[in-house]
Amino acid sequence: MKNFFATPLRDEDFKKKNFCYETWIGNCFYAWDCGKAIGRYLEGLKEGKILGVKCPKCERIMVPPRIFCEWCFVLVEDFVELKDTGKINTFSISYISWDMKRLEKPQIPAVIEIDGASPGYGILHLISEVDPKDVKVGMRVKAVWKEEKEREGKITDIKYFRPY
Amino acid sequence: MGRRVAIVGAGMTKFVRRAKETGKELAYYAAKAALDSCGAKLKDIDAVVLGSAPDTFDGVHMKGEYLSCGAGAFGKPYLRCYVGGGTGVFSVAVGWYYIASGIFDTCLVVCEEKMSSYQPHPQGAFLTIFDHTTERPLGPNLLWIFALEMQRYMQTYGIKKEEIALVAVKNKKNALDHPAAQIAQEITVEDVLKSEVLCYPVQRLDVSPVSDGACAIVMTNEYLARRFTDKPVWVSGVGWCLDTAYWTNRDLCYPRYVEEAARMAYKMAGIRNPRREIDVVEPYDPFDYKELHHLEGLLLCDRGEAPQLLVDGKTQRDGELPVCPSGGLLGVGNPISAAGLMKVIEIFWQLRGEAGKRQIAKKAKRGLAQAWGDLMQVGTVVILEV
Ligand SMILES: [Zn+2]
Repeated sequence: MKNFFATPLRDEDFKKKNFCYETWIGNCFYAWDCGKAIGRYLEGLKEGKILGVKCPKCERIMVPPRIFCEWCFVLVEDFVELKDTGKINTFSISYISWDMKRLEKPQIPAVIEIDGASPGYGILHLISEVDPKDVKVGMRVKAVWKEEKEREGKITDIKYFRPY
Repeated sequence: MGRRVAIVGAGMTKFVRRAKETGKELAYYAAKAALDSCGAKLKDIDAVVLGSAPDTFDGVHMKGEYLSCGAGAFGKPYLRCYVGGGTGVFSVAVGWYYIASGIFDTCLVVCEEKMSSYQPHPQGAFLTIFDHTTERPLGPNLLWIFALEMQRYMQTYGIKKEEIALVAVKNKKNALDHPAAQIAQEITVEDVLKSEVLCYPVQRLDVSPVSDGACAIVMTNEYLARRFTDKPVWVSGVGWCLDTAYWTNRDLCYPRYVEEAARMAYKMAGIRNPRREIDVVEPYDPFDYKELHHLEGLLLCDRGEAPQLLVDGKTQRDGELPVCPSGGLLGVGNPISAAGLMKVIEIFWQLRGEAGKRQIAKKAKRGLAQAWGDLMQVGTVVILEV
């Protein structure tokens, strides 16, 4: 087992420029079309509602909405208003940002199963107004919305979910 | 099931946090080491498969094309494949069907990753994994998905962090015997539980590192195999499967897609009872709980039972079912695609009795390597035997 090449460099070498290197900052600016299903979902959020869709064949009620059922592979056009309550399927307490810096106040991301959708159908959102150590799987939560005039048709129109 | 396919040679670079070598250079060292290990020349190779993760890491358009010369693909049929973290094992499945189909007699499979270029931290290259409209505005980081999955797994089966930490202890220790390892060390469960909490329940020592590195293997059909080696290792099964990207609609406690991939591979290999017929296994372990999660998905134990195997010592190198004898991603390192191929190479060396100090106690005839990737979504499996 022979030779194993690769020359390790230390962070220090990099910072002190002990070797030559080139850098570049790319300009990545995107504007995403929201699509039919998510477009309707966002309009719903603006009105303070969480919308799901119901498959005409398997009758699953899915959230986030989509214009097809990936199981039955049929068109899905039946939007259903769900509740703005649900229960925590799983959660984390995040102490770091994407670039591994410590956060001053931890975030609590969670998958929240939304009432009115089929069992197990959840969305990703944040939990707040609770001490992180009191958050539990199965906890009942309710959406805390932005003021109506501040809502813009974004997932952040729901500020977070809180226990209720 | 097509022609029989052998792996006849393997090579790899060291895995390091930041390599001076470029991606092309790492690919070259690994490819050359694989060819040399079986006395092959580049002219003996009919086609080249390259595995490499997102272009975002390197900031290079069409990284496959960029890396091609280093991977030995000059003037040859060449394809880059990519299924996230599942790539390293998937690339072997691609090499397998090139040869099993009869299109090619020989094939070089190279997996390269250079994660260190992305600044300030490669984790940023993964942010685009989240849905741009429904998830990214919430400010996620990559660890979220692992933390959410780990929490769900622990809660569903009542698994303790102390049990999961034993995976990190075992793998980092196993890696002390791997000459290419990046973060081999002797640690205790206590060390894991006291390490910095990143995204609860994920702590610093639960996680594999960021790495640069490359691996390569030479594959041939059964007629040519013995021209290159006395000890060919046969690819008896391959499998892969993808679950939905609507990941918040699935129960994260169990990797169904890994089970589907494993069933495909077991069927191809004629395996009816994997718990009796698999001698050694390298499941994907970018996080310690993933090793356990994957052992269950691979049907090597019942759901929620993997921690018990570990606690009982059965997954040590001298146990009934050695798991990650290499040291895994937690110990050897995690240059995404190369890490998956490293696992296949470990099984290759174990079956040939060439794993040195890492050689498992029992005589192994059949082994399995598995990888996983994307939004907790992709399962890839390869079964090797002698
Ligand atoms: Zn349906």
